[in-house]
Amino acid sequence: MSSDSSASSSSNSNAVRTVNVCRHYRMGESLIRALDGVSTEIRAGEFVALLGASGSGKSSLLNLIAGLDRPTSGSVVVHGKDLAALSSQELAKYRLRAVGMVFQSFNLIPSMTVLENVELPMRFAEVDRGQRSGLAERSLARLGLGARLRHRPSELSGGEQQRVALARAMVNQPQLLLADEPTGNLDSRTGTEILNLIQELNRTLGMTVVMVTHERALAERYAQRMVFLADGKLASPLDPSA
Amino acid sequence: MKAYDLLELAGRNLRESVLRNSLTTLGIAVGVASLVAMLALGVGLQALAGRHLEKAGLFDTVIVTSRRDFRSYEHEDEKDAASADKSRLLDEAARQEIEHLPNVLEAYPDIRFITELQYQSKPHMTMVAGMPFSAKDNDAFEGMAGHFFSSDAAPEVILQKSFAEELMGKAPKRGRADDEISISQLQPLLGKQLVMRYAERVNEPASDAPAAAARPEVAPAEGGSYSVVSHQLPLTIVGIADLDPESMRGSARARVFLPLKLAQDLHVMQPADLRDTMRAFSSTPVYLSLTVRVSGPKQVQSVQAAIKKAGFNTFSILDANRGLQRFFAVLDLFLGIFGSLALAVASLGIVNTLVMAILERRREIGIMKAIGGSDSDVKRLFFAEAGAMGALGGLFGVALGWGIGRLINFGANLWLKRQDLPPEQIWSVPWWLIAGAIVFALLVSLISGLYPASRAAKLDPVQALRYE
Repeated sequence: MSSDSSASSSSNSNAVRTVNVCRHYRMGESLIRALDGVSTEIRAGEFVALLGASGSGKSSLLNLIAGLDRPTSGSVVVHGKDLAALSSQELAKYRLRAVGMVFQSFNLIPSMTVLENVELPMRFAEVDRGQRSGLAERSLARLGLGARLRHRPSELSGGEQQRVALARAMVNQPQLLLADEPTGNLDSRTGTEILNLIQELNRTLGMTVVMVTHERALAERYAQRMVFLADGKLASPLDPSA
Repeated sequence: MKAYDLLELAGRNLRESVLRNSLTTLGIAVGVASLVAMLALGVGLQALAGRHLEKAGLFDTVIVTSRRDFRSYEHEDEKDAASADKSRLLDEAARQEIEHLPNVLEAYPDIRFITELQYQSKPHMTMVAGMPFSAKDNDAFEGMAGHFFSSDAAPEVILQKSFAEELMGKAPKRGRADDEISISQLQPLLGKQLVMRYAERVNEPASDAPAAAARPEVAPAEGGSYSVVSHQLPLTIVGIADLDPESMRGSARARVFLPLKLAQDLHVMQPADLRDTMRAFSSTPVYLSLTVRVSGPKQVQSVQAAIKKAGFNTFSILDANRGLQRFFAVLDLFLGIFGSLALAVASLGIVNTLVMAILERRREIGIMKAIGGSDSDVKRLFFAEAGAMGALGGLFGVALGWGIGRLINFGANLWLKRQDLPPEQIWSVPWWLIAGAIVFALLVSLISGLYPASRAAKLDPVQALRYE
């Protein structure tokens, strides 16, 4: 577990703070303002939903918080650390220790078994071989996948794959879970199952959850707070585009 | 990531596209095999040449000359010794001094002269040399017809094969191996008589009685003139040497050998004596050159150095061998370059395979980065894959090259056998070549992996994950 987790243990402190953050892309001649001056705060232990139409910039914001991308201007501060100031090596370490991510398309490595997929972050974290499979197995068992360890992702249902992805995200015990449309590829019943699991992690472990979604109903049901984005800017909940 | 995990992941990735990676590895193997086969041939030929020089039995021999007489051998090495005018005469005192140097078995004067030998009343001119009795065990007399001298002063001769052929009137035609006369065809010469005509040098004042063989060592009188007396000496042919015991001496090599003691006691006029007419005599015999036998080839260099320090010129087969080594170094270099060409082509295969792998595994690289893999983890993973292909290719290539070499050897020996020549090991794979080839393959592969690995490491994870 990373050392900065203790600083964010109080529910009053900010887990994530963005200050006037911009992310601009150049696509040929035109400049695309994926994010255009977003300032927001997410408290530690909060379950926040990022809502917006496609192209509103919600995934861009999530990628910045995840340390996968760097802002064009402004700053992203997670657990008191300004991500812009980190080297790419430090950013990789941040992703490894402080953040867990799940994606719409699960993003499991198809050539690896379920167990190996979950072990992969621990390989990067240089966890001892002996401990590794035990930790991964426990993590998978908790998510009800104890019998699927040696299967390949393609042999699993969508819901099972997302649970594997969740196990992988949690295995290094991060304080922040980032979910990018986690139910987008699932039917509503399995989607609900996954969100129940995420909610449980949020409640039992006090983990901060930031979830990108375009399904307002789900967001209302699970998230403590909703943040709306439209055209790269914060928007009001009544905005028809949200 | 830990090294073991890195290798495990690399191995897993290589197995994923097994056909492509095997073909790439095979490419490296062929490259390594050609390198190994080429160098093995170079090394083998060198060893072969070395063995033949050794067979001549002269690896433990040093020839010593006085600097006054000859300045021909080894000009470059003369700087470190006395200059010509300070140099000493190669006289009996010097011979004894050299003989007492460490690691020297014996030092005997080199007696050689061109003279006329009559066989069945036909004259033949050739170089005659004294041969010490100790040469009996020399490898050069292996396969000799007849026997060695019965004593160190016996009136006997051993003929070199080519001279024997001349006596028999059977000079071989050049370039036709099957025309070569075998030693057994020369057997009839054994036991026949040769008459050697020679000029004896008689120091004044001396008795007018003509000197004969077995005359005691004379101390020439001071003052210095001598007369030349002509003699004839009947000699018995006791042996015919198949090999050339004097191959090292080039044009000065003798084709007829007398026992050394006999040759010494004849006091035959030697080429250097003519020059002595312009100089004062020394009271003891002065030699044109000495042949020094050293206890082993390893001691040749130190003995050579010691003799040079004493003020004489030296020459040994090691000097000739140094030139040979230089030649083989160049040969190996060229063979190595040709062999490496295939490996260079194979390295392009590695680059291609890994760049393809990046395109295919774009998403996987993105995932690795998203879950915490660093740029250097990704880079090292691709490096490990390149290295694994290189190491496997190297191992397989060495085996393949070894096989090719065996095949070349087999083919060459088949050919030699058909030419009625003894089999030779023209190909040899030393351990350093095996280890070197594998290390080289690994190195080339890692260098080939540089570009793909850094390209994979630079991949933007957001872009990679968006890519469906």
